[in-house]
Amino acid sequence: MTTEKHLSSEEIVKSFENEFKNNITDIRVEKRTQGVKKTEFMHIWMRVGNNVFKEAVRHLAKLDPYTHFAVSSGYDAGNTIDLVYHFSIYHGTRHKEISVNFTVSLPKSNPIIETITDIFPGAIISEQEKQEMLGVKIRGIPKDTRVFISDDFPKDMYPWRRDETGPQKMIRNLHKEAEQ
Amino acid sequence: MKQQITKTTYQLPIGPIHPALKEPVMFEFEIEGERIIDVNVALGHVHRGIEWAGMQRNPIQILYLAERICGICSYCHPMSFALAVERAAGIEVPERAQYLRVIQGELERICSHMLWAGVAAHEIGFDSVLFLTWQMREKGLDLTEYLTGNRVTKGITMIGGVRRDITNDMHPKIKEALQYFKDNFEKLRHIFLDDKTFKMRSQNCGVLTKEDALKLCAVGPTTRASGVKKDVRLDQGYFAYGDLDFDYVTPDVLTGEVHGDVYDRIIVRLLEVKQSIDLIEQCLNLMPSGEIISEPKIPKLLAILKKLNGEGIGRMEAPRGEVIHYVKFTGQDSPYSWKVRAPTYSNVLPWIPMLKGGQIADIPIVAASTDPCMSCTNRVAVVHNDKRYELDKEELHRMSIEKTRRLMT
Repeated sequence: MTTEKHLSSEEIVKSFENEFKNNITDIRVEKRTQGVKKTEFMHIWMRVGNNVFKEAVRHLAKLDPYTHFAVSSGYDAGNTIDLVYHFSIYHGTRHKEISVNFTVSLPKSNPIIETITDIFPGAIISEQEKQEMLGVKIRGIPKDTRVFISDDFPKDMYPWRRDETGPQKMIRNLHKEAEQ
Repeated sequence: MKQQITKTTYQLPIGPIHPALKEPVMFEFEIEGERIIDVNVALGHVHRGIEWAGMQRNPIQILYLAERICGICSYCHPMSFALAVERAAGIEVPERAQYLRVIQGELERICSHMLWAGVAAHEIGFDSVLFLTWQMREKGLDLTEYLTGNRVTKGITMIGGVRRDITNDMHPKIKEALQYFKDNFEKLRHIFLDDKTFKMRSQNCGVLTKEDALKLCAVGPTTRASGVKKDVRLDQGYFAYGDLDFDYVTPDVLTGEVHGDVYDRIIVRLLEVKQSIDLIEQCLNLMPSGEIISEPKIPKLLAILKKLNGEGIGRMEAPRGEVIHYVKFTGQDSPYSWKVRAPTYSNVLPWIPMLKGGQIADIPIVAASTDPCMSCTNRVAVVHNDKRYELDKEELHRMSIEKTRRLMT
């Protein structure tokens, strides 16, 4: 779609390393092929420091004005809550699209991350979902309400947490109850 | 019906259960007379906690659970999950299986778009077209049953390949079904694109600009109808799509213009049906011989996956747009994390600019025009409603039909 030069996956990684130095770690470029013609495609993974997260997203959006935000995933990693933001850049030209995934670790004691809705307004549902499922706080979210779980669901319980704030208390194992 | 003239706006909730919506979703409209001033969308009414349930199961069990996320995309979800697992585990899929995967995917697209065409016709009160399109879809379902053994939950996906081959003696029956689609395509095109009533109800209605589509991260036919060239099959490719000859479908391919209205969304879906027929034919001709699965012994595959440490994403172009699954393994029986992002998740926000400024009678067709699938989007559930005046469901459908009649006279 864009007429600007497309960077290769190595160049993208390099531009991030130059810009954010030690704040970018665990870089992994996944190169796979498909079909008989062995057409290549790339998935880039990197761990981004929370202090530069917003800048990193801005940097990605600068590489391609049509950067697409797909969704953010997340999980409880013990001491931290890790969010994985899935982006893709360079769509509109055949076989040029590259998936870029940012993993951000938030300390459980203070799980706050900046909103990206000012860059990608379409990210709001995803941010709301992370708030209610994982108990993270999105700073600057334009609509601070629940989206998937209802308002009468306990306020301090988060379905995707694996600690005492998780949904374990709510689970009823009917087969075990029948045994008793 | 008595009409009261008032200058103030009033609120109109539609849903969560409503025949015009087909699945539970709740719209809160701010109405001034017949005009929609503002709209808010509430989700979550069919959230079944499937991702959480998946995190208690092993990857093979998840395939069958993922199949039940959605009754229409019962191939896309398990397949995206399989793609994510294959990437996390570094499993190479045999070439023949990649072609078989394309055939199943495109057949699902034909069935889904046909189903949508019927729903769209029904929403504007054109029920004879509903029966015509669903009759055609039936042929697609018959073919699905012939190829997979099932009509809806296909059970064809396996990590590392597919579960059933397509042998040479099956080709005549597939070709016959494709010929049937081709023979009837012109009739369908004529009804949807040339019919005066269809044009009146769909042109300049539910407009989504290209800027909004990009900004709100819309996907699939919804964004392509607004002129955005975004199709995972072409952008990044997966399966054997990289070997096949096809191009982005945007409405300007046919009309030379992009309006981003309901009519354009009809164009895109109809052309995609034609494209899917062509892709299946290409696959039948180009398909190499060989294995259909990388590891046929499931216990062996499971043993490998149980030791797996890693993460991956699987992206596919489902009939409604990009579907993406994220999966993370930490060497346990079940994945540590599983996230499902169905296309409707991204196509909910574009409803707002589409509906704003429209009329109440246009709600059903505009809401249907993105081909929403709420069961895909919601995966845990509770119904919440407040004390507001509710427009009777039959009434809304009646208003839509009345508008069609009014335009016709």
